[in-house]
Parts: sequence; structure tokens; C-alpha cells
Amino acid sequence: MGAIRTDMSALPFLLLLIGAVLAYLVNRQAAAAMRLASEGMHSRPVYHGLYAALSVVVPALIITLLWFFAQGPVVDAMVIRALPTGVLAGLTGDEAGLVLSEIKSLAGGRVFGEPEAWKLAAAEQLVALRQTAGYLLLAILAALAIVVTVLRRLRLRLELRTRQSTERIIYGIMIFCSVVAILTTIGIVAALLFETMKFLQKVPLTEFLFGLNWEPQIPIREGQVAAEGAFGWIPVLLGTLVVTIVALVVAVPTGLFAAIYLNEFAQKRVRAVAKPVLEVLAGVPTVVYGFFAILVIAPAMRRFGDMVGLDIAPNSALAAGAVMGVMLIPFISSFADDAISAVPTSLRDGALALGSTREEAMMKVLFPAAIPGVVGGVLLAVSRAIGETMIVVMAAGLIARLTVNPLDSVTTVTVQIVTLLIGDTSFDNPKTLAAFALGMMLFLVTLGINILALRIVQKYREAYD
Amino acid sequence: MSTQPDTLELVRASLPRRRARERRLKVIGVSAILFAFAMLATLILSLVSTGYTAFVQSHATLQVFVDPELVRESRLPRGKFDDVLTAAVAEHLPGVDMTDRASRKEVEKILSNGAQYDLRDMVVADPGLIGQTLRITVPLSDPFDQLNKGGIDRDTPEQNRRLNDSQVAMFDTLKAADVISTPINWGLLTNADSRFPELAGLRGALVGSAWALLVCFLISFPLGIGAAIYLEEFAPKNRWSGLIEVNINNLAAVPSVVFGLLALSVFIGWFGLPRSAPLVGGMTLALMTMPTIIIATRAALKAVPPSIREAALGLGASPQQVVFGHVLPLAMPGILTGTIIGLAQALGETAPLLLIGMNAFITSAPEGPMSAATALPTQIFIWADSPERGFASRTSAAILVLLGFLITMNAIAIFMRNKFERKW
Repeated sequence: MGAIRTDMSALPFLLLLIGAVLAYLVNRQAAAAMRLASEGMHSRPVYHGLYAALSVVVPALIITLLWFFAQGPVVDAMVIRALPTGVLAGLTGDEAGLVLSEIKSLAGGRVFGEPEAWKLAAAEQLVALRQTAGYLLLAILAALAIVVTVLRRLRLRLELRTRQSTERIIYGIMIFCSVVAILTTIGIVAALLFETMKFLQKVPLTEFLFGLNWEPQIPIREGQVAAEGAFGWIPVLLGTLVVTIVALVVAVPTGLFAAIYLNEFAQKRVRAVAKPVLEVLAGVPTVVYGFFAILVIAPAMRRFGDMVGLDIAPNSALAAGAVMGVMLIPFISSFADDAISAVPTSLRDGALALGSTREEAMMKVLFPAAIPGVVGGVLLAVSRAIGETMIVVMAAGLIARLTVNPLDSVTTVTVQIVTLLIGDTSFDNPKTLAAFALGMMLFLVTLGINILALRIVQKYREAYD
Repeated sequence: MSTQPDTLELVRASLPRRRARERRLKVIGVSAILFAFAMLATLILSLVSTGYTAFVQSHATLQVFVDPELVRESRLPRGKFDDVLTAAVAEHLPGVDMTDRASRKEVEKILSNGAQYDLRDMVVADPGLIGQTLRITVPLSDPFDQLNKGGIDRDTPEQNRRLNDSQVAMFDTLKAADVISTPINWGLLTNADSRFPELAGLRGALVGSAWALLVCFLISFPLGIGAAIYLEEFAPKNRWSGLIEVNINNLAAVPSVVFGLLALSVFIGWFGLPRSAPLVGGMTLALMTMPTIIIATRAALKAVPPSIREAALGLGASPQQVVFGHVLPLAMPGILTGTIIGLAQALGETAPLLLIGMNAFITSAPEGPMSAATALPTQIFIWADSPERGFASRTSAAILVLLGFLITMNAIAIFMRNKFERKW
């Protein structure tokens, strides 16, 4: 079943490719023959071929993509319209959706229990409709390819300026490519905003922003007392800050001193080895760091805590933050290295000429001059630490506590997003919507920090250029 | 007259202190670098030391008599294959009373739960085997596998050990009878996921990751190059292109989990694409990889000297002919290097894949980009969460496999950069 379905969805693209190649070959061939027969052709035959191929591909691709997005809802509506009258009477929108998804899983071959006869019939109709839709699309694409190819062939003239037309289409395609980046941002903002608005209809904004309780359980049955659900993000925010601060305490001094040493004191050969090895730390996937934290760091810290008589939680903010700090070391060191290198050598030469030691030249002249760039790098590291997910999901806690003690178990914004959305989710309960609200806050905070950081870095660069 | 020697004196007096400060800074700098190196070394050593055992797997080689009493041809594929195997193991354990239920249970636990299915598949493929004796090699269950590899300490008191004394004795008898072997564990790469650590492998995750990366490449490579060429070569310097540029820089810094939210809400919620599908995973990763490719491509285009463009323009090429015929081919090595590095990042990305459900428990490799699958990093996450001890070493082994892929990809990128990049 699965294989057949994937073949069906790959077929249109295959047909599209064949159509494009055919259009290209037919028209290039014809143009080449025409050029041999007479002088003064405006565009080279390649452009006639390319023009025909693009005239097939662009509309066909648009049709195919639109078709894939429209097919689902249209087929659903047709199936619902065809249901026997009365079966959906008295059902709310949600329940009708449940019936539809049951029919869909029947159509997918997953039968649970003994479904009613009308559901089976609807499932059969669904499969048939999908198949018809698939064939219809193939037919439309084939017809389009043939018509366009023939049309272009008939219109072929010596003086036709196809190079210009082709280049215009390619220009348009390139503009579309760059607009995708904007579309992605719009998509992110729209998706987060849409779900957050739904969340705010169920939970007031003031409770979310200023509430001191985060217990996103929803009552399983009506009127349940124990689990009302509380959605105040302050404890989650506090946990995020604790982990971030621990990470920075590890990463900032280490990264800065490593950068100072590599930039001023290290021999060329040491630098050539040390820099790439530090970069390796940045290339390790975060899921690996998360496993490292639970395998090595957290147990080691617990043992150390037992030795000195401290009670360190197994999923303490300290362990997660420390590992995150290790991940951020190369980030900070490379930013600081760049910033120090960007300081004009005349400052360093001047300091040395006045008789300062290299340490004094670095700590009293170069480093202070590089501070804006360093601050930009640290800010970017902060935004990394706030948005970092896998390390904290694996090594930090799940329960939100109002504490600033790094030895305790805390939870973070990203941990809550992942745990609220893992497993089956429907889009209408406050639990899943809360994840989107947290995502919105995360996006806004990191975006703000990033913009600030980039601005600082740029402004500082201009000062010396 | 008298101030000059005073200054000199002052400087001389301060020199030891100032030199000591320089030495101190150097020591701090070196120790910062050594700290980072030590963490990297600990990371790799701990992974290798816990993971290397998963690259071998304890097997038992047995003479199995397929008893027609227990396996009837008419009832295939059903049959008491587990009893057949237990009898074969018991052959080597003369001291064990097989009529005693408790000790029989212990013998049954020696072999992996999957062993009976191996045997079943063999018999179903060739029913003529019924009534014959065949020699097969099947995996041991996780506790015995751990015992064989030294993962269980025999000196721990019996009640704290996963295997009791009589089980350890059984194992020693089997070992003495030369039944146990520890060949290389190809199952780690060729099996799909399983609840039993000794059977669990990465095949599903590898295939899922391959599909996701293919989709990611097919989307992000053309889109990224198109956008980069437009921005670098054609875009007029106005507010629009400035906006796009700021946008791409910011997109590169958006937390990965936010891309997961986008995919969940738009690709799965609005477009109705299936959950857990490598197609959706690849689309999400493509959006994240695109900024990397755009930035790399722009740098590569910038590195092509203007004289190339001017020469081509002077010979009458159109601006697009200049780019596609001359600049782009020259920039291609740099672009490909950036793309490989971007894909390597995408391969290690976990959080967005968790949100779109690519952490499902799936016991077969996906058939295509639309069927449910896991990916390499999400498989690591699933195994890291599993309580069975055998999974701890498998997680490390899976990480080593993932790191192996990443090192290979980066090595290819570095090789290409050194081999093909031209200095002008």
C-alpha cells in the first residue's frame, strides 16, 4: 500500500521531467534545422529548447503543487457529502473530524474492530476518489506538455527573441527562490501567531506572562479537581535563565582566554591545530552532547556532590548548563578571535613601542578595543543557549520549579515545547497550544537578541574599516 | 637629571611583576584550551568505551532438531519454534532438569526472543527442514550478551545482579562447550529497531535519514543557489533586497525547535502531510539548510574575480550567460563544499524531527519518503531514553556511526576545497 502511494505521488514529477526533456529536444532540433537552412537566426537553438522546456515545467509545477494541497480537502468534502444522511446529525465539528479520520485509516488498510458498513463504503469511495484524482492530474499534465510543446514548435521563427524570454523566466525563478526565505519567516510568524491566539482565547495573557505556576495538565474528565492546568511561564523562564547562566559561566571565560591565547601568544603551529579541534566541538550534534551529559557529566557531578555533602539532583541545571557551555566554547572563541584580529595592528604596535608587555598590549589596548565584537558574539551565544533543545531535553528536568538554585532540577522553554508536543497531538487543547505560545516567546526573544547582536557587530566593524 | 634613573628604576622594579602577569595569562589561556580539549577527549573516550561492545554480538551456534511434533507443516508459519530452540540449548546443559519449570524458564531466557523468528523464517522458506537437524547461529538475549562481554560483574551479590548464580553457571557450561561466539554485529546496521536491545539496529534510521537528506538536498540546493545568484549578481540595491538579506541572516539564527513548530503547524496541520514522514523532515531541514547554502554560495560567487565577468561581458555575453556559463562553474567547488557542510548539520539535527513525530517506534525500514520513519539522531534519542542496559552501549554505537558519517562528509568537503578551489 505504502509503495503504491509513493509511486502515485512521484509519477507526476516523473511525467513533468519527461515532458520538459521532450519539449526541449523537439524545439532545439527544429531550431537547429532552421538555422542550417537559412541565415540570421536571433537566438541559439539551445534557447529555443530551453524556452519550450520552461514553458512546460513552470505551469506544470504550479498545477502539481496546487493539486497536492487542494486534493486532500476537496476529496474529504466529497466523501462527507456522499455519506448517508443522518449519520453526522447532531455531531459537533470535532466529532465529525473523528469520523473522517476513522474513514481515512480504513482507507489506509488499518481496520480496528468492526466498522459500520457505511464507513467501509465511504473508505472505498475515498480510495477510488484519490485514484481518480491521481489519474486526472497525470492526464492534465500530459495534455499540457503536448499542447505547449506543439504550440512552441508551431511558433518557431528565425527572428523570435527566445533568449530574452528564457532569461526573463529564469530571472523570475531566481526572484522566487529568494522570496522563499521571506515566505519561511512569514510562515513561522503566521503559524506561531495563529496558534498563540487560539491559546490566548483559553488562557488570559496576564496569566501566561505573570503566572508563577506551570502545570500544563488538562483535566481528563469534566469537573476533575486535581488537575486544572496552570499556564504561567515565569518558572519556565527562570529555569531557562538558570541553565543559560551556567552555560555562559563555563563558556565565556574559557572561550575568551582561549581566543586571547591563540590570537597573541600561540605559535603558528599550535594555532593551526587548536583552532580546527575547537571547531570540532561546534560540529558535534547536540543530541550527542545530551547523551554525554546523562552518561558522564551528571553522574560525575552527583558523585562529587556526595563527596562534599551537596545534594545535586540527577537532572540538575548544573549538568545541562555545563555541557551546553562546552558546546558554546568554540562559538565564543571564534567570535572573540575575529574581533581581536579586526583591531588595527597600529594600536598593538603603538602599545608595544611604548614599552608595554604583550600581556598589557592585549589586556589594556586590544581587548578593550575588541569588546563590542566580543559582546556581539556573547549575545549570539546567549540566543543559542536559550534556543538549544536536545541537551536540556535529555539532561534537564520536566517539572517547572520557581528556583534559581543550579543544583536543583529545572525545566526550560524548549524542554516544555518538546514534551508538550511529543506523541500524538491535536491542535485544540491548551496543552499543545501552550507549546506554540512558548515557541512564540522563544522566537521573539532570540530574534531580538540576534538583531541586537548583529547590529553591535556591524557598527563596530564600520568604526575601524 | 635625577628623574631619569628614577623612571628606569621604577620600570625595572615593575618588570618582574609585569612579566609574572604575562606568564599567568599564558597559563590561563593554555588551561582554557586544554579544558576544551579534555572535554572533547572525554566525550569521545566515553562514547568509544561504552559503545565498542555493541559492534560485536554474542551468538550461540546450535544443532537444532526441528521436531515434527512441535512444528507441523500444516500449521506454518505457526509452531513452537521457541521450544525447538530451548531443547537445542538444553542439549549442552546436561546438569539442568528440564522438567522443573523454574529452571526451564531460565534456559528459555538464554537465547534472544528474535531467535525463534529467524528459525521460523528458515523453516517457512523451506518446509523440507522439518524433521531434520540444522546448524544455526542465533543471538543471545541481552543479559547473557552483557555477561559474555563483561558488562555484568560476577562479584556483585546475587540479588543485585541481573543473572542469578545458576544462570551464570549455565552460561559458563555453554561457553566451555564452545557454543558461544562473538562475531561482528552486522545487525547493528542491517536490523530495524526493536524492543530487544540484542536485535535492535539502525537500518530504519539510516534509510529514514537518507530519504530526509535527499529531500532536503533536492529542495535546498536549487532554491539556495537561485537565491544566492539573484542576491549576489542581479538584485538591485534597494530596500527589498536589503530586507531579504536581513531575513536570511536572521533565519540562520532561529532556534531549530521553532522550525519544528512551523513544520508541525503548516506542513502537517494545514497541508495535511503525514506525521513521521521523511518527506516532512526533509522539507523542514531544507528550510534550515537553505540559509547556510545561500551564505556559502554568495561567498563562493564573490571569490570569482571581476575580470572573468568583464571578459565575458566584453565578448558579448548577456549577464545571465556570464553567470551560468562562467562564474557559476568556477564557484561550484565552493558551493558544493558549503552544501555538504550544510547537509552534515542537517544530518545531526534532532529537535525539529522530534516535533514532527520522527521518533516513533517502527520495526521496519521505511519504503519511501511518505511512510513513517525515524532518523539517525532521533533513533539515538529513543535509545538513550530506553531503560534496558543493552541500549546504553547501542546508543553510544549509534552516535559513533553518526559521527562517522559527519566526519566523512566534512572530510569530503575539506578535500574538495583543497583540491578544486582556485586561488586567483
